Amino acid sequence: MTAIQINSVEKSYKGFKALKGVSLTIEQGEFFGLLGPNGAGKTTLISTIAGLIRPDVGSVKIHGHDVVTDFREARRKLGVVPQELVFDPFFTVRETLRLQSGYFGIKNNDKWIDEVMDNLDLTNKADVNMRALSGGMKRRVLVAQALVHKPPVIVLDEPTAGVDVELRQTLWKFISRLNREGGHTVVLTTHYLEEAQAMCQRVAMLKSGQVVALDTMSALLRRVSGSQLIVHLNSGELPPDLRHLVSHDEHGNGSGNKYSLRVNDYAEVEPILARLRESGAVIDEMQLQQADLEDIFIQIMEKGAL
Amino acid sequence: MSVVSVGFRTLFYKEMLRFWKVATQTIAAPILTAMLYLLIFGHVLEGRVEVYPGVSYTAFLVPGLVMMSVLQNAFANASSSLIQSKITGNLVFILLPPLSHWEILLAYVAASVVRGVAVGAGVFAITAWFAHLSFAAPLWIIVFALLGAAILGTLGVIAGIWADKFDQLAAFQNFLIMPATFLAGVFYSIHSLPRFWQAVSHFNPFFYMIDGFRHGFFGQSDISPWTSLAIVSAFFAVLAAVAINLLRGGYKLRH
Repeated sequence: MTAIQINSVEKSYKGFKALKGVSLTIEQGEFFGLLGPNGAGKTTLISTIAGLIRPDVGSVKIHGHDVVTDFREARRKLGVVPQELVFDPFFTVRETLRLQSGYFGIKNNDKWIDEVMDNLDLTNKADVNMRALSGGMKRRVLVAQALVHKPPVIVLDEPTAGVDVELRQTLWKFISRLNREGGHTVVLTTHYLEEAQAMCQRVAMLKSGQVVALDTMSALLRRVSGSQLIVHLNSGELPPDLRHLVSHDEHGNGSGNKYSLRVNDYAEVEPILARLRESGAVIDEMQLQQADLEDIFIQIMEKGAL
Repeated sequence: MSVVSVGFRTLFYKEMLRFWKVATQTIAAPILTAMLYLLIFGHVLEGRVEVYPGVSYTAFLVPGLVMMSVLQNAFANASSSLIQSKITGNLVFILLPPLSHWEILLAYVAASVVRGVAVGAGVFAITAWFAHLSFAAPLWIIVFALLGAAILGTLGVIAGIWADKFDQLAAFQNFLIMPATFLAGVFYSIHSLPRFWQAVSHFNPFFYMIDGFRHGFFGQSDISPWTSLAIVSAFFAVLAAVAINLLRGGYKLRH
């Protein structure tokens, strides 16, 4: 089943095109990452999915319900954690969650509210006014608010921006469980690429309002050829016939040179080391580094696509 | 859509809870203000002005002050709640759920009516000690109080949606709501005005709300309460249509 269907969405603000014909299909049960630098259009796209922004062109459907023409059904299926740390200063945590349940038409929701608070370590703050909470705690309440109606589709817009490690771990443990056991679709935007690499099965990368990469995480990681062999030479130079392998080098502070060499598989490592020995170079330090999402992200953002 | 849906009831309850949690500011303060008006104007003008035969000026003033309090507080409730939510960003909690446009409008207006009527009842309970009041037609009192509060609650929703910052809302209140209320015959009968200003007053919808409300007390008014009811009802219908269209179109709410 298709959880989110985005068809050729365009959105402009006073002449600035924030989204330039974005199309995406996210299936039910996926853990999907939406990545891109600041200003790429991630939040605009999420706000369009949430119905907070109306597209100039194109359409968005949640479980087959258009977010503009059939907004009530679409919103029942969707839980959104906004990027901004917003709260209503008049209410306690429990009041906030009860009100949010009511807005979604759910009465007597305390059992689930208690479970959500327990999973987000909010139970001992249940009767505390929102104003008295730390930023991290407010962020947890935002997550809880998005989950009060058990939405099949959960959208998290940079939920871990500026929060401590403990919250990140608590949050990801709970969200992963919802995705794994409850079959909830999760759409995540984050600037922490290691989080996206660890959590997401599929990723779309946005740049200047356009999707520049869309693939499974494993396929994306395969796109960057092989790994990096990082060698720190104490003495000697990198032989000229190895220079074509250099992806970037960092000159040491007078004690030698550091080079990153591209290797497609482990079998290529030994010949490189042998060539270095032949040339008289002395290796002070060596490291084999797998390509990660950050490498791919940087390459895509620099070149537009791989 | 059911008017008494859980979504409507929750938003209505939230709006009530919001003003109740700051009742000193939202209920007690306007009652004190109205009492000061009565003490000052009543003291200065008592015995000098007789608007209706056999009705003291203080007695004449009480319904006007009650209605003015109802109207101003009904407006303040919806408008301040919306602008605060817009500026702090927590309006998103209302915009993300599947609330219909009618549920949102009715919840804000109903809570405004409750606050307006609560303040009006408080003003009446205190000011009634200072004057001998009759209740010639109590049904008109109830009808115009509820309708007036609903109209100002709706205007509050419109102003709250339109305003981007507190000064814009203050301008709406100070340059539109306040003059329209003060010039609607709270402190005088429009028959005491020159002919030109009498004619101008007939274009002020607030005049009909206050005149009809006062008719409920004294059984006499500047114009027929039925005429006032028709004009006030039409005004309410127009404002409700404007408000619902703003919500439906997402004006300044959904970009």
